[in-house]
Amino acid sequence: MASSEDDGTVEEKENNNKKRTKSAVATAWLTFYNIAMTAGWLVLAMAMMRFYIQKGTHKGLYRSIARTLKFFQTFALVEVGHCAIGIVRTSVIVTGVQVCSRIFMVWFITNSIRQIQSEESVILFLVVWTMTEITRYSYYTFSLLHHLPYFIKWARYNLFIILYPLGVIGELMTIYAALPFVRRSGMYSMRLPNMYNVSFDYYYCLIIVMLSYIPLFPQLYFHMLRQRRRVLHGEVIVEKDD
Amino acid sequence: MRSTPMIYCRRSVEILDAKTKDKLCFLDKVRTYTISFHHDPQWYPARQSIRLDPKGKSLKDEDVLQHLPVGTTATFYFRDLGAQISWVTVFLTEYTGPLVIYLMFYFRVPFIYAPKYDFTTSKHWVVHLACMCHSFHYVKRLLETLFVHRFSHGTMPLRNIFKNCTYYWGFAAWMAYYINHPLYTPPIYGEQQIRLALIVFLFCQIGNFSIHVALRNLRPPGSKTRKIPYPTKNPFTWIFLLVSCPNYTYELGSWLGFTLMTQCLPVAFFTLVGFIQMTVWAKGKHRSYLKEFRDYPPLRSPILPFVL
Repeated sequence: MASSEDDGTVEEKENNNKKRTKSAVATAWLTFYNIAMTAGWLVLAMAMMRFYIQKGTHKGLYRSIARTLKFFQTFALVEVGHCAIGIVRTSVIVTGVQVCSRIFMVWFITNSIRQIQSEESVILFLVVWTMTEITRYSYYTFSLLHHLPYFIKWARYNLFIILYPLGVIGELMTIYAALPFVRRSGMYSMRLPNMYNVSFDYYYCLIIVMLSYIPLFPQLYFHMLRQRRRVLHGEVIVEKDD
Repeated sequence: MRSTPMIYCRRSVEILDAKTKDKLCFLDKVRTYTISFHHDPQWYPARQSIRLDPKGKSLKDEDVLQHLPVGTTATFYFRDLGAQISWVTVFLTEYTGPLVIYLMFYFRVPFIYAPKYDFTTSKHWVVHLACMCHSFHYVKRLLETLFVHRFSHGTMPLRNIFKNCTYYWGFAAWMAYYINHPLYTPPIYGEQQIRLALIVFLFCQIGNFSIHVALRNLRPPGSKTRKIPYPTKNPFTWIFLLVSCPNYTYELGSWLGFTLMTQCLPVAFFTLVGFIQMTVWAKGKHRSYLKEFRDYPPLRSPILPFVL
C-alpha cells in the first residue's frame, strides 16, 4: 500500500496515542475493579466474623451474607471479558472455567438448595474463598499500582497450597450433601415425553460434576505450583509446546 | 505434513532439531538431494517437518532450495510432528461410527431402552424418515471421502482421530437416543413441518454434493494447485457468488432441516456446535483466499451471505 513516509509516521503516532489512551483507560478500570472486589470480599469476611461472634453458631450465617456473596461472585464474570478483550493476559478458558465453577456453586447449589445452607462444608468453602479472593484482588491492585508488598506476593503464591484443597473438600462435601434433596425434588430436571425430545437429570449431572474434579483439580493445582516456582524462585519452566 | 524439499544447487545444508538446536546432520556441497530421515523407520516422511524457522511453518515438498531465503549454508530446523494418520482413514472411521450407532438405536438394540421395547420400531413415520435421512447423509459422506474429495494434506496427527470420533460418535448416540425413544414426541406442526424440513434437507444435501464436485474439478488429479472456485452451470453452485465456503453453508442447512424434522434439542445443539466449528474453518479459508489471490471477488462472505 503506497503512502508517503510522512503519512506513515503520522498514522503511527496516532495509533500509538490511541494505544496509550486505551491502556490508560484499561489500567484505570482494572485498578478500580480490583479495589472494589477487594473491598467487597473484605466486607464479606467481616460480616461472617461478626455473625459468628454475635450468634456463636454458623447456622443462618449463609443467609445473612447471601446477597453480598451473590453480588460480588457474579460480578467476577467481567474478568472473562477482561481476558477476551485482552486487557488481562490470561486464557479466557481458564478464567471462564474458574468463574463458572464459582457461579455454579453459589447459584445452582447453595442458593437453590436451602436444606444444605447450614452445613459446615458451606462455611468451609466460604472461608477459603474469602481468604483467597482478598489475597488475589489485593495482589492485582498492588501490582497495577506498581507497589506490591512482598507479603501479598508471598500470600498469593503460598496460601493456595492449603486453601485450594480445603476449598475443594468444602465444595465436594456440599454437593454430596445436596444430592438426596435434588433427587427427592427432581429440581432442574426434565423428563420424557416433552416437545423438545430431550431429558436432563440434575442428580446425575451433579455426580458427573463431582467426578470431574478428579481430572481438573490436579491440573489447576499443578499449574498454580508451576506459577509459584516461576514467580517466587525465578525458575524457568520449559512448557510443552505443541 | 510431509516435507522433502528438493535441492538443486551447490550449497551446504545443515539441519538442527527445532527444540534442542542440536545439529542432526550436515550436507556439504549439495547437488541434488531430497532431505528426509531414513535412519529410523519410525520417522516416516509424513511426520517430519522441516522449516526455516523453529516456530515457523513447514516447508512443502515442492520447495526448491535455490528459491528459499537462505545463505550459502542453509540452516533448516527439523521437528517431529508425532504419529500421523491419513485423512482418508480418519474420515472413514469418524463417519462409519454415526451410521452404525444411529441404526443400533433405530432398531432398539437391547440394553438401551426398557426391555419391553427391544427390537421394536417406532410408530411415528417421521422417525423412519429421520433414520433414512441420517443414514443417507453419512453414506454420502463416506462415498465422497472415497471418490470425490481431493485432499491437500495426506496426514494429520494421530490424536485427532480420538478427538473427532468422540465428537461424531458421541453426538450421534445422544441424538439417536431421543429420536428413536419410545416416548418420542413428533413435531408440533406435524406433516407440514416434516415436509418443509425434508425439502430443506434434500436441497442442501444436493447443494453440498454439488460444491464438493465443483471443488474436485478445480484440481486435476495428483496436483496441489489452488484456484478460486467460481459458479458453474449447476445452479447449486451459484452460491459461490456470495460465499467462499458454500459446502459449509449447505451443511448447516442440512442440519437445520434435520433439526426441524425431528424437533429434537440435542440435534439443535449438534447443529449449533457444528456451525461454530465450520464458521471458524470458513473464516480461515476465506482469509487464506484473500491472502493468496489479489483478484478475489469482494462480494463473498466466509459462510453466510452478507452476514458472516
